[in-house]
Amino acid sequence: MATQHSQKLARSMMAPSVIALLIWMAVPLAMTLYYSTLGYSLYNPISTPFVGIENYTYFLTDPTFIAALTNTMVLVVGVLVITIGGGILLALLLDQDIYGVNIVRLLVIAPFFVMPTVAALVWKNMMMNPVYGVIGQSMSAIGLAPIDWMTDVPLLSIILIVAWQWLPFATLILLTSLQSLSSDQKEAAEMDGAGALSIFWYITLPHMSRAITVVILIQTIFLLSIFAEILVTTNGGPGAQSTNITYLVYQQAISFGDIGAASAGGIVAVILANIVAIFLIKAIGKNLDA
Amino acid sequence: MARQVSRQRKIGMTILAWFVGFLIFFPILWTFLTSFKTELTAISIPPQFLFFDWTTENYVNIQAQANYFHFMMNSIYLALGSTVLGLIFAIPAAWAMAFSPTKRTKDVLLWMLSTKMLPAVGVYIPIYLLFINLGLLDSRLGLIIVLFLINLPIMVWMLYTYFKEIPVDILEAARMDGATLRQEITQILAPMAVPGIASTVLLNVILAWNEAFWTLNLTTSNAAPLTAFIASFSSPQGNFYATLSAASMLAIAPILIVGWFSQKQLVRGLTFGAVK
Repeated sequence: MATQHSQKLARSMMAPSVIALLIWMAVPLAMTLYYSTLGYSLYNPISTPFVGIENYTYFLTDPTFIAALTNTMVLVVGVLVITIGGGILLALLLDQDIYGVNIVRLLVIAPFFVMPTVAALVWKNMMMNPVYGVIGQSMSAIGLAPIDWMTDVPLLSIILIVAWQWLPFATLILLTSLQSLSSDQKEAAEMDGAGALSIFWYITLPHMSRAITVVILIQTIFLLSIFAEILVTTNGGPGAQSTNITYLVYQQAISFGDIGAASAGGIVAVILANIVAIFLIKAIGKNLDA
Repeated sequence: MARQVSRQRKIGMTILAWFVGFLIFFPILWTFLTSFKTELTAISIPPQFLFFDWTTENYVNIQAQANYFHFMMNSIYLALGSTVLGLIFAIPAAWAMAFSPTKRTKDVLLWMLSTKMLPAVGVYIPIYLLFINLGLLDSRLGLIIVLFLINLPIMVWMLYTYFKEIPVDILEAARMDGATLRQEITQILAPMAVPGIASTVLLNVILAWNEAFWTLNLTTSNAAPLTAFIASFSSPQGNFYATLSAASMLAIAPILIVGWFSQKQLVRGLTFGAVK
């Protein structure tokens, strides 16, 4: 009796959050799905005929879409490679016995707290500008021709900016994982004459594998939706060289007023994210049992 | 001999670590320095590092020319508003999940998390049209609701992992000693829940402050926070490096300080308890 009562109470305590999220997720998603079947232009909102899968065929056969899909993948993988690789090295470095390790830690994690628009504009103008940027001036100083980052290598520029923002996240999580490794194991391996490299390969890396998985999955979710960094630096250009799916959907809706095609793009993005999400949910769910 | 080698190693590692830390931090340091330069010094060739005439005119100018304070207040309203709203919803939910778990608790938690993985563009079009129809576009209230909803799953999760660590046995002991329900809550549970709630608040404020999809897409001026104000520098006129730097420093400084103090809790919140 008492438990029944308390379960009822528990359910009513959870209800507001569950209902709020259910509405937030289901209603707009259903509407996106509905819009994606309409010929709906913002410039002529009176006539919205049903067009079936036409928006999808338009969106999926648009060469810009293929470019955007490729860019999205390159962006995600590029940032992951830099942040995981750099994060492991940085975590190993910060795990050493060094003077002022706490201050170095503060310096290393700082970029994570910089809002995307600030990070992107500071890098675009003050670091990567070919004439006035610090990188350009440094290259000129040693006699190299400066690169016009945003024009010549727009996607690489965005990868570098985003990697700078996410490197601290990877480092912090990998370091947390590294510090939970008991030193007994390492010492035992050292006694057996194992070198630093084989200790890293056979003991440290396997220990960090779970944390690495979590970093990859969580970052991928966020990286699929990169938007502000593109908006304030390259506007997706030149051409569509730095347009990702998120930016393409935004462009379809805002610049071309094509609600139907934009909605179809939104659904495609949801499907892509879901593929990753399934793995993430599984990884975290497993941890919940442990 | 061995001690000397390890000392040399420590010095070597220290130099390397400080150098790498300096490189990573450099863009922020450079922004800080540039914010105290005149626009002309900011683009001088070669760049001036420390020995220039320091000026605070940029900080005065961004307020005078762009009404910086307006955007700052919007950022504060949005961060605090969405956090308070989030706490009202998330505390009871997390509490119920931690103290009266059922077979389905885990599924509900994972489902909540899955809503966080819904990409913004999947719901962007209807929300945008809905906001136009309801007159919520460029309103603080509309954005507070959106920010509250996108961060609610993280808040529930984080509070849940903290609440779960509160030992339930202690309540039984208190009951045996004749504590009333009110005493149970105010004197035993609340003090143990406060640190978890505080960390959750910090993380949520950081996330809301830096959110840059909805804040850019659903505001124009009235409700525009700092993310949108800074974005207006993407099509600049004339020299603007020093002004941009001053605006950027003010926009990131509060969160940088909050973030530095809450780095441990951050790992926990952002990995949904998967890495501790």
